[in-house]
Amino acid sequence: MTDPYFSADLMFIAAVAMMTGVTYFMRAGGFWLMGRLPLTDRTRRGLEALPGAIIVSTILPIVLKGDLALGLSLVVAVAIMALIRKDFVAVFGGVAAAAIFRHFGI
Amino acid sequence: MSSSSPVTISLNGILLGARLCLAILPGSIALGAVFGTVAAQKGLTLLETMMMQGLVFAGASQFVAMEVYRDPINWGVALAMAGVVAAVNMRMLLVGASLRPWMGGQPAWQVYPTLFVLTDINWLLAVRHYDEGHRDWGVLLGSGLLLWVVWCLSVLPGYFFGSLIENPQDWGLDVVLPAFFAALLVPLWKGRRQTVGWALAGLVATATWTLFGGYWGVLTGALAGAFAGAYLND
Repeated sequence: MTDPYFSADLMFIAAVAMMTGVTYFMRAGGFWLMGRLPLTDRTRRGLEALPGAIIVSTILPIVLKGDLALGLSLVVAVAIMALIRKDFVAVFGGVAAAAIFRHFGI
Repeated sequence: MSSSSPVTISLNGILLGARLCLAILPGSIALGAVFGTVAAQKGLTLLETMMMQGLVFAGASQFVAMEVYRDPINWGVALAMAGVVAAVNMRMLLVGASLRPWMGGQPAWQVYPTLFVLTDINWLLAVRHYDEGHRDWGVLLGSGLLLWVVWCLSVLPGYFFGSLIENPQDWGLDVVLPAFFAALLVPLWKGRRQTVGWALAGLVATATWTLFGGYWGVLTGALAGAFAGAYLND
């Protein structure tokens, strides 16, 4: 039976199971491990610094890889956020800015 | 930062989380639809596509796995797929670790299932919520659940009709996620400690990315930033 929609290769199911397993391990493992380590004041400060550090480390390569319009649109998003502190508007503004920049060939 | 209300999970928090992630949904839908198209092109069945989308549930890593995928699939290909997925998602170790001070005292049977829907997006929404002095982690669960449902459904139009939009970049849709990330930096910035820590994180991430490519930069940069945060004084 080769149903094009509702069949699944056994080997592919195994691959999905492995990918799901490693991903859940990452999602839960860091949380679990930090419960086994003493949560000193220093550790806590380090953990609190993680969000910003992860964001910066994630978007910098994207910006360096991307076009000028992408970089400029992120500046627009940050500026909107700094002015009115609404992430919804900042994201929308960034997207609109990118579309407009690209429309004009930037 | 006023600390803080007691740590809890409530229906109100879950609903708030769902509402907070509305802004990001267009980007998720576009990305999910593109994944559906890629999966169809690579010859996956709908069931296989949905399994990957719903169970792995990790955007960038799914695309990288499909780069590695070969038909017919064998153990070598499957292991390679799991390997690249692990590499791309390694940052989630740090993401989860950062939740410990907040959710460490909560019942494991509630926290560990919630971590299944942990993504960058709902984590950042939750972090912002936490930063404002709130401690209701329903925000993390609610936004994660809505993202999961939307992510699962978004694959369908892409699978059956190809990408909905011919050039998502012309509409700026590739900017949704980076813009969201960049915007959420703003409320996290408090002063010199962040400036120095983020500069160091950015430097290390960029250097790693330049030297090795791939996704290791997220890990090294984040660790550098965390160490800076731990050892710098305000």
